[in-house]
Amino acid sequence: MTSTAPAPADLAVPSTETLAAVLTRQERPPRPGALAASFTFGWRAMLKIKHVPEQLFDVTAFPIIMTLMFTYLFGGALAGSTREYLQFLLPGIMVTSVVMITMYTGVGLNTDIEKGVFDRFRSLPVWRPAALVGMIFGDVLRYILAATTIMLVGLILGFRPAGGFPGVLGGIGLLVVFSFAFSWIWTMFGLFLRSEKSVMGVSMLVLFPLTFLSNVFVDPGTMPGWLQAFVEVNPITHLVAAVRSVMDGTTDMGEVMWVLAASAVLIAVFGPLTMRLYNRK
Amino acid sequence: MSAPAIETSGLVKTFGDNRAVDGVDLTVPQGTVYGLLGPNGAGKTTVVRMLATLLRPDGGAARVFGHDVVREADAVRSRVSLTGQYASVDEDLTGSENLVLLARLLGHDRRAARARAAQLLEAFGLTEAAARQVKKYSGGMRRRIDIAASILNTPDLLFLDEPTTGLDPRSRNQVWDIIRAVVANGTTVLLTTQYLDEADRLAGRVAVIDHGRVIAEGTPGSLKSSIGAGTVHVRLRDADRRPEAERLLGAALGAPVQLESDPVALTVRVDGAGSDQGAAQQAAQALAGLAAAGIVVDDFSLGQPSLDEVFLALTGPSAQDIPQGEAA
Repeated sequence: MTSTAPAPADLAVPSTETLAAVLTRQERPPRPGALAASFTFGWRAMLKIKHVPEQLFDVTAFPIIMTLMFTYLFGGALAGSTREYLQFLLPGIMVTSVVMITMYTGVGLNTDIEKGVFDRFRSLPVWRPAALVGMIFGDVLRYILAATTIMLVGLILGFRPAGGFPGVLGGIGLLVVFSFAFSWIWTMFGLFLRSEKSVMGVSMLVLFPLTFLSNVFVDPGTMPGWLQAFVEVNPITHLVAAVRSVMDGTTDMGEVMWVLAASAVLIAVFGPLTMRLYNRK
Repeated sequence: MSAPAIETSGLVKTFGDNRAVDGVDLTVPQGTVYGLLGPNGAGKTTVVRMLATLLRPDGGAARVFGHDVVREADAVRSRVSLTGQYASVDEDLTGSENLVLLARLLGHDRRAARARAAQLLEAFGLTEAAARQVKKYSGGMRRRIDIAASILNTPDLLFLDEPTTGLDPRSRNQVWDIIRAVVANGTTVLLTTQYLDEADRLAGRVAVIDHGRVIAEGTPGSLKSSIGAGTVHVRLRDADRRPEAERLLGAALGAPVQLESDPVALTVRVDGAGSDQGAAQQAAQALAGLAAAGIVVDDFSLGQPSLDEVFLALTGPSAQDIPQGEAA
């Protein structure tokens, strides 16, 4: 019983004849393919951004703050000058920010799935993962936006990638591919955990060590041996190394392949786990 | 093609220790409205969710148009639509966007999806609200957009989970009109409700569910006559005369009198021997008895038995743990 003024549309009573007309059985169109259904769900994500543009805050303001903060916090101490440090830091801070943003996929799914609309989606005869794949398609757009924002801030501050425009594009592309794959971890947690807060908590627990205990901020050579061992197996380290090399115009195919393989493994493991939970929900 | 719309045998669903659905057998013929009647927490929604392929049964079997809901879930999904207890549309999207989105997911191309959405919005009196977000809709509009979303492709079986809970009377009447039109068009409807009155108006057959079991099944008329025709509510002018009125009414109607918390109100169930007219006559005679004793009656009414009364009657006096109204 909202107390808003009664809408004129509320007075309209559907007439029996018009109802009968819309209920006439028509031939059903063929069910959409997997990709078409996923894109339709991606369109839903776009519409949600259109109606709630505030949700873009975390993919614009947050990355800008991250970039400025770490450049000026560590730049002087670690590389002598902030400008110098930026050459090293920018690809890494871009990876850190975007990978951190992936956790909102889980948070968003957790709140979304509690609403009745998912009951309807799940009772539709479409490819089952489409709702989730489409949702992550929407998130991919957010990742691209965040990466672009950071790149622009970096360029303004004096970041000069030797790889030029293709290098930057390739680096962002690789990061987005990995982030798409990485998002499936969060969809799993988003379905598995009870509340939005716990999804957030687990995400932070995973993301902080993963992003900081890497080669993003400093050269791992300065770290104690046991930490170097962790940094060496950390996928973020490989991702940062790959993105750096691509943006620098000195593409390290080994690292790039490592990242692509890791992405495939992430999807192969967490995709089915997510779908199992989704079907049981 | 003559398979029943719904056929379940020994359907069970447990959540931890709670047997939410505990051996439900239902047969719903095609082309009818079938009511699932019960209080909150009786297991109605769980039954619907299993039939709509949203939950896996833990025991028993369920078939929809002959298709097993677990093994042939996709075949079931292509023939049913669900309107859930809470709005099963996206509240952040506009009414029009919701319908276009779902039409696209059902395979309509962009143009056909838009045309179908516009047609349904028009038919449901929502054209003016088409570009508004659903979260800004009133309760009645929300229900209508929800049902519109369910008939984008006219389904063979429509699940309506408490479609009128929380609606004002006019919106409720609109929803009832829509349901009647849907059935007239050949769609089978499984309707869950807490209201006996609603089941009575819409459903051809009703199953009463409590604690996950079907405790009675039949036409609304047969259920009502099995528990008596109605209830007389009486309000006296003078609270001091209530004990006397209680004795007189009890004697005249041959049934225990319930004293309400209002000190001037009494309630008695009327037997009526299965016919409303009989009940009304009995009630009139009992009231005449009060008048003859000089007890002033300010107000009285003869109402249908409430769901609480149906429950008390169906489960017997020994069942003390009957959820009263809002119990979980």
